[in-house]
Amino acid sequence: MSPWLLAMAGGAMIGAASGLLLLTHGRIAGVSGIAASVLPPAAPDLGWRLAFLGGLVAAGLAARLIAPAAIGGAVRSLPIMIIAGLAVGYGTRLGGGCTSGHGVCGISRLSRRSFVAVAVFMATGVATATLVGAAS
Amino acid sequence: MTAAPRCGRRRRAMSLALAGLAGALFGAGLLISGMTQPARVIGFLDVGSAWDPSLAFVMGGAALVYAILFRQIQRRRTAPWLDAAFHVPTRREIDRSLIAGAALFGVGWGLGGLCPGPGIVSAASGNAAGVAFVAAMLLGMHLQRRSAR
Repeated sequence: MSPWLLAMAGGAMIGAASGLLLLTHGRIAGVSGIAASVLPPAAPDLGWRLAFLGGLVAAGLAARLIAPAAIGGAVRSLPIMIIAGLAVGYGTRLGGGCTSGHGVCGISRLSRRSFVAVAVFMATGVATATLVGAAS
Repeated sequence: MTAAPRCGRRRRAMSLALAGLAGALFGAGLLISGMTQPARVIGFLDVGSAWDPSLAFVMGGAALVYAILFRQIQRRRTAPWLDAAFHVPTRREIDRSLIAGAALFGVGWGLGGLCPGPGIVSAASGNAAGVAFVAAMLLGMHLQRRSAR
């Protein structure tokens, strides 16, 4: 199947899942926010948060069993992945969202904050990947 | 505003099951779309060589579907199924934290090719880089929250 079609199909599923969470729990499917909220001091309503994260984990486990090729190998070294993780963790909380929170849910709601956030993280994302790619 | 307490084990079971279903569907979407492949993400963000723009359709497709669902849900309902009210962000100001945070997140995403959701899925599948990424990500989140207190 063409990568464009797969991208759209996967994207549609992400949108649908986000819609489901909104309908059932009234919550924005921002993964960085949900993940952070289970860290101490955790939010009081831990149940749905852990369940959602559990669903992501289940998807990962299923991939390991039936579609391991869907999990791509790392492009960068382990130390770089750690630095990347630190930056993503700190940055998503400072900025109040990530690709799902701002990019999917925020943009669709025409949120001004999200438009700015997406423009900024796309710009630095492209700059970083391009510079590192040129240097490699 | 806290959620109204909902008693009843059945309701609670439904709440967890539906949230879990949303998470699993979300995760499946990430896997199918290619977001869990750092090489594809970097291929999209690295515009220098062999640019692969197809990942744009992930966010685009997701936002389009969500825009439709969001409108329909907000139009037809005053509250979600299992809570007393919707919890939709209301902040509108564009401040330094938003810009600095987004910038830093973008650097991390461009460096590693993973963002939070795909990172968690990858880690759960046993991928070593994914595990390292998520552990560091949680630490980064913790450090930011601590600094904000």
